[in-house]
Amino acid sequence: MLSYAIGIALALLGLSLALALVRLMRGPDLTDRILALDTLYVNSAAMLILYGLQLGVERYYEAALLIAMLGFITTVVLSKFLTRGDVIE
Amino acid sequence: MQASSLLDGIVAVLVLVGAGFALIGSLGLLRMPDFFTRLHGPSKATTLGIGSLLVASALFMSFRGPGLSLHEFMISLFIAITTPVGSHLLAKAARHRRVPGSEGWRDPADDQPRNR
Repeated sequence: MLSYAIGIALALLGLSLALALVRLMRGPDLTDRILALDTLYVNSAAMLILYGLQLGVERYYEAALLIAMLGFITTVVLSKFLTRGDVIE
Repeated sequence: MQASSLLDGIVAVLVLVGAGFALIGSLGLLRMPDFFTRLHGPSKATTLGIGSLLVASALFMSFRGPGLSLHEFMISLFIAITTPVGSHLLAKAARHRRVPGSEGWRDPADDQPRNR
């Protein structure tokens, strides 16, 4: 039962990645694209956690943590760049 | 056997709820009318979704793995702290770029109500 649920959840997460990708390509402004990129990062971390849950391996959470940190830093840096025109003042 | 199938059921429900919330967040990102409403979907629904997935992973690894595993909550805590910060900075960047909001949105820069 759990393997079916994980398969369905992986399909749902793939669908949400596709929806965020559509917003990334379509987005009328740069901020929409940054937001779509942030959503892609968080959903990728969720997908890695699910993959580790499917395999029963505990190590994948480190990769998920790294991806979440990189996503946050990317969002902050791009927003700072859009606001200030410079990242480090 | 009974406890194991109960654990499987709880983890399956948590996984499905988490993936459903992540899908709702991305759907809001795609379908909402302007940027400031689009910001709501990924910042709330996706955070709740990945939190539920991490609770499922912590439960499963604690009962099936070698011992108690709570380090999944580190990711949960990290995302719960960083998502409001990122959303705030994105909203500030959008305000700076004069991204058009919905009806009745007042831009303090020109102090004129728009679309009203």
